[in-house]
Amino acid sequence: MKTLMTVAAALGVMLMASTSFAASAEEVMKKSQAAFLYQGKDFKVRVTMRLVSKSGQERIREMTMLRKNFGEPGGEQKYFIYFHKPADVKDMTFMVYKYPGRDADRWLFVPAINMVKRIAAQDKHSSFVGSDFSYEDVSGRKVEDDTHTLTKEEKLGNRDCYVIKSVPRAGDMDYAYKLSWIAKDDMLPLKEEYYDKRSGLYKVFTADETKVVKGFPTVTKRTMKNLQSGHGTYVTYTDADYDAGIPDSLFSERYLRQPPRKWVE
Amino acid sequence: MKRLFLLLVFIALAPQPAGASDISVHGFVQGNYSVGTAMDNPDGGSFKLAEERLQLKLDASSGPFHVLVKGDAFYGHVENSARLELREGYIDYTAEKWDFRAGRQIITWGLGDLLFINDVFPKDYEAFFSGRPLEYLKKGVDGMKLGVYPDFASFDIVVVPFFEPNRFPDPKRYSVFNPMPGIPQDEKEPATNLENTEVALRAYRDIAGFDAAVYFYRGFSRQPSVMPDNLMAPTKLTLFFPMLSVYGASLQGRALDGVISLETGYYGSRQDGSGTNPMMPNSQLKYLVGYQRQLWEDFSIGMQYYGEYMLDYAEYRDTLPAGFPRESELHQLASVRLTQFLSHQTLRLSLFAFYSPSEDDYMLNPEVKYNFSDHVWAALGANVFGGRKRTSQFGQLESDDNIYAQLRYEF
Repeated sequence: MKTLMTVAAALGVMLMASTSFAASAEEVMKKSQAAFLYQGKDFKVRVTMRLVSKSGQERIREMTMLRKNFGEPGGEQKYFIYFHKPADVKDMTFMVYKYPGRDADRWLFVPAINMVKRIAAQDKHSSFVGSDFSYEDVSGRKVEDDTHTLTKEEKLGNRDCYVIKSVPRAGDMDYAYKLSWIAKDDMLPLKEEYYDKRSGLYKVFTADETKVVKGFPTVTKRTMKNLQSGHGTYVTYTDADYDAGIPDSLFSERYLRQPPRKWVE
Repeated sequence: MKRLFLLLVFIALAPQPAGASDISVHGFVQGNYSVGTAMDNPDGGSFKLAEERLQLKLDASSGPFHVLVKGDAFYGHVENSARLELREGYIDYTAEKWDFRAGRQIITWGLGDLLFINDVFPKDYEAFFSGRPLEYLKKGVDGMKLGVYPDFASFDIVVVPFFEPNRFPDPKRYSVFNPMPGIPQDEKEPATNLENTEVALRAYRDIAGFDAAVYFYRGFSRQPSVMPDNLMAPTKLTLFFPMLSVYGASLQGRALDGVISLETGYYGSRQDGSGTNPMMPNSQLKYLVGYQRQLWEDFSIGMQYYGEYMLDYAEYRDTLPAGFPRESELHQLASVRLTQFLSHQTLRLSLFAFYSPSEDDYMLNPEVKYNFSDHVWAALGANVFGGRKRTSQFGQLESDDNIYAQLRYEF
C-alpha cells in the first residue's frame, strides 16, 4: 500500500512536471521570440543576404530594414525595407504591417513606374526575396500556432540550451516539426532544424554570430541552409541600432514613395 | 516652351551642387526586339520594334533637396535613327509636413493592373503592345506636384501646364482601324496657357485597414477625337483632345485571403455634355473590381472586371453617322494574371490575358523572364490579339501578333 502511494505520488509529480514542462516550453518560445524579434522600441539595420546555389553561384540582396513595435512582444509590428542591391531592385521599398494571428498587410513601391501596390501573400509560404528564409522566418511566427514541448536540455558549443520541439497545429506547413536550440542566458535561437514527414531533416538555421547592441544581444550573422536543394542564404547585419527614434509616420505611402535618406542610407 | 520649362527647373537647382552630399549614377544597356508573327506591318516591315538603348540615372541629394535625371539614348532599327529622350528629370524639396516635385515626372495613381480609371496620366500603348518593359507604358508629365500630409489624410496636388497625349500604335506598324482612311490628318494639341493647365488631385488615407482615396482631374482626354471639315465628304481631319473632368474613388484592402480592389470614376465630357456630338466621347461611368491572391508558394493570381458605361447612349446612337462602327453602351473587360516564380525567384513565368465579353475580343501576353545574375536578365514573350470585329480595341490588332525579346544589363 505504501509502495502504491509512493508510485501514485511519483506519477503525480511526473504529470505535474510534464504539464509545467509543456507550459514552460511555450514560455521559452515566447521569451525567445521577444529576444529575437521584439528587442527595443525600434530597430534599424543594414542587411546583406548572400544567396548561394548548390553550384556556388552567388546573388546579393542588400537592404536597410527598419522595424517598430506597436505593443507587447508578440504583438503588432511595422517593417520598412529599402533595397540597395541588386541594381534591378534598387530604390524599391517594401512595407509590412504585421498583426498577431492574421496575415500581414504588405505594400511594394516600384520606382520605375512610381507605383505603390499591395501584395497578396501568405506569410507561411512566401520566400523572402528568393532567399531560403520565408516571411515568417524574417518577421516571426505566432507562438500559439505550434504545440511546443521541451525535449531536452543540452549544451550547444559551450552554451546551455533548451531544445524545443514545435509541431504546427494546422497541417499547412512545409515542415512536420521543428527543433529549436534556445540559449538559456539570452534566450536567442542558436539553431533550428526543420524536419519533413518523408525525408527527415531538410533545412537548418544557425545563428553564427551574436553581438550586444545597446544592451540587446543581437544575432548579427545567420544562415539558412536547405539540405535538399543545396541552396543556402547567409545573412549579415551591420550598423544595427535600437531605440533610434523611428517616427510612426515613416510607415506610410508618402515615405514608401520617397524613402527618407536619413533612415535608409 | 516645354524645353524652356525643364531648363528652368535645372537652372533652379544649379546653385545647389555646392553642398551635394550624395550622388549616384546607375543605369542599363538593353536590347529590345519584337517581330510580327501573323502578317507584315502595313508599311511592309516585319519588326514592330528593334533597338538598343542606354539609360543613365543620376541621383543627387543635399539637405532637403533631391534631383533625379533619367535619360535614354537609343538607336531604333525600324526607324533607322538615333535619339535621346529625357524619361524623368525633376527636383524634390521635402519638408516635415509637405513636399514638392517640379520637372518631368511619372505619376501612377489608382488600383488597376493595366486598366486605368483615375490614373489620368499619359501612357504609351505602342510600347505596351510591342513588348517593351512595363515601365515604358508610362510617360512622364512636365509639371509640378505638391504633397501635403496633415495627420488626418494625405493630399497630392498636380499641376501640368504642358499637355502630353497618349501614344497609340503607329498605323505604319499596326493595322489600326481608321473609319476615314486616306484623308489628311492634322493633330491639334491644347495650347499651353493658364486656362488649359491640367489639375489633378488625390486625397488618401486608411479607413479601417483599407487604403481609401478620392481623385479629381480637370484637363483633356489623352485619346484624340476626330473632327472632319465636312462629315459627308471630308477633305481634312483634325485630331483634337476633348476637354475632360474626372471624379473618382478607390478602396483596397485585405479580404477573402487576398487583396480586393474597388475603383470607380465619372468621366465628364465638358465639350459634349449632352452626348449629341458623335465625334466626341460621351460622359462615362467607369468601374473596376479586382482580386489577387497567392495560391501556393511563389504563385499568385490576379483577376479584374472592368466596365465603361456610356451615358446619354440614346443621343450617341441617334447622331452617329451611318457607316461608323457603333460602340457598346457598356464596354466590359475581364483580365487574369498568373505569375509563378521558380528557382529562388530567378525565373518568372507569367500570363496576362484580357477578354472583353461585350466586344468579344482578347489579348494574351505570356512571358518568361530569367535573371542570369544580379546584373543580367532576359525576357521572352508574345502579344496575341484577336476578336470578332476589326473595329474593336484588340480585334483591330488581329494581324499584329508579335513575339518579343528583352535583354538587359543593369549597373
